[in-house]
Amino acid sequence: MSQALFNALLELGDDHLILGHRVSEWCGHAPLLEEDLAMPNMALDNIGASRNIYTYAGEVEGKGRDEDQLAYLRLDREYKNCLLVERPNEDFAHTMLKQLYFAAFMEPYWQAALSSTDETIRGIAGKAVKEMAYHIRHAGEWVIRLGDGTDESAKRMQAAVEEMTPYVEELFTMSADAKACAEKGILPDREALRAQWSQTISNIFDQALLDLPEVKFPQLGGRTGHHGEEMGFLLAQLQYVQRAYPGMSW
Amino acid sequence: MYSQGLIGADGATEETEEFLAAFQARIDREEKIEPNDPMPEGYRKTLVRQIGQHAHSEIVGMLPEGNWITRAPSLRRKAALLAKVQDEGGHGLYLYSAAETLGVTREQMTEELLSGKAKYSSIFNYPTPTWADMGTIGWLVDGAAIMNQIPLCRCSYGPYARAMIRVCKEESFHQRQGYELLISLCNGTKEQKEMAQDSINRWWWPSLMMFGPHDAESSHSEQSMKWKIKRFSNDELRQKFIDATIPQAEYLGLTVPDPDLKWNPEKNNGKGGYDHGEINWDEFWQVVKGHGQMNRDRIKARKKAWNDGEWVRDAALAHAEKRAARKTQQAAE
Repeated sequence: MSQALFNALLELGDDHLILGHRVSEWCGHAPLLEEDLAMPNMALDNIGASRNIYTYAGEVEGKGRDEDQLAYLRLDREYKNCLLVERPNEDFAHTMLKQLYFAAFMEPYWQAALSSTDETIRGIAGKAVKEMAYHIRHAGEWVIRLGDGTDESAKRMQAAVEEMTPYVEELFTMSADAKACAEKGILPDREALRAQWSQTISNIFDQALLDLPEVKFPQLGGRTGHHGEEMGFLLAQLQYVQRAYPGMSW
Repeated sequence: MYSQGLIGADGATEETEEFLAAFQARIDREEKIEPNDPMPEGYRKTLVRQIGQHAHSEIVGMLPEGNWITRAPSLRRKAALLAKVQDEGGHGLYLYSAAETLGVTREQMTEELLSGKAKYSSIFNYPTPTWADMGTIGWLVDGAAIMNQIPLCRCSYGPYARAMIRVCKEESFHQRQGYELLISLCNGTKEQKEMAQDSINRWWWPSLMMFGPHDAESSHSEQSMKWKIKRFSNDELRQKFIDATIPQAEYLGLTVPDPDLKWNPEKNNGKGGYDHGEINWDEFWQVVKGHGQMNRDRIKARKKAWNDGEWVRDAALAHAEKRAARKTQQAAE
């Protein structure tokens, strides 16, 4: 069980770290000062959650690896994040939509995890569930503003929807490890969260005048370490100091 | 962070002697001047300029540190750096708001920054090539900023003084955080300690320049001192900073790149202080006038963020108008 839980925790931890990394890239470059404050906030929530998850993963693994060893010192194929979170920021529309898609999944996920059989998971969920509710609100409001704003913003928002939606399916996909954890009641069943995700998104899309496209060819692969080309560059930045100066404390 | 806000400040006023004397009397009684109070145009202009430049310094100051967010070497450091850069943005926001109480908009101030009309602190025109720079900026740059800003908490203009109280608390935390980062490097390997020393070698002189020109060269300081916008001279503050900082460098086991630095027991009325070598003022003016290593990059980055974000700001405005129109229509029905 501990191997399955370790792997399932890496899926979760990597999702939060990599999304946090992407949104942190905006810090100092946002379209308005208020967003220069909001985006680091969301990045901090995601990175903070990843720290809690990695620390617990390290305990479960029992080999003495800490949050930084897990976050920084794996090879690209060993990262288990879904493809959605590693997608480049593109523009503000893509970024906010990615944030919304992820939070609309994670909020009910953590809600369900509040009744986990595992006390540490319940603790992590208790903090994260509030943060994800805020991310839905913040990103959702922007999706509405952009979708029902100017012609240009509506066009950009719809383009982001077309581009990002094929990556959503992977959020619901259950790896063998995730299944094993769900059967024991440690982690929620991802499949079971579809209705809640769709409800949140359709509420927002109705106001944003956006249509959710039907996805015929979902993009999968991150959970098995089959990442896109951009992931290598992300890791090159993330890992740079740790790789250039191995074994030092910072 | 501090801006060299008084360089070229135009303190000229055209008010009557009587009006100016009454205003000066309020200042001398240490009364706070509030947004709706009568004030000389020169006082208002000086403050708009200084607060605006201070705000711009916070905003541009997000860039050199933001440069390391994605490369921070541990998750703890990454979170701390993100929070710190976010604080700088927050300082920019309070300061723009303080300036807005004087009748200027954030958009006007932003345009002046992007056109090069408004300046920001010269310190942010230096690059941050190594991780150690994240520690040095916290320790030296925020340290110098605090030295400048503590007296601003007593500035005669109420909104600026109140904003400074909160800003100083956060800057003081940043300074300790930066120093703690350097302690880790200095307790680390030879390479880490060398990285720290190299960083201090690069940032020491630019940090001293943050206090602005020598008193004799600082043409508009006198009026600002009289109006109690400014409470100490540039050289006084610089000396205080050096005297406070050298023992901290010694504790780290690092040196500052000044061969003329020497303890002088006679200085500061016999309390003792450090004599230091001459600052390279040519370099200072070169950077202030826009020719430092990073001046062009900093403004380019700010312009890019502003221009790329235009459609987002337009959409937010258009959406707000649509909502308001719908509300009015609903009310009419």
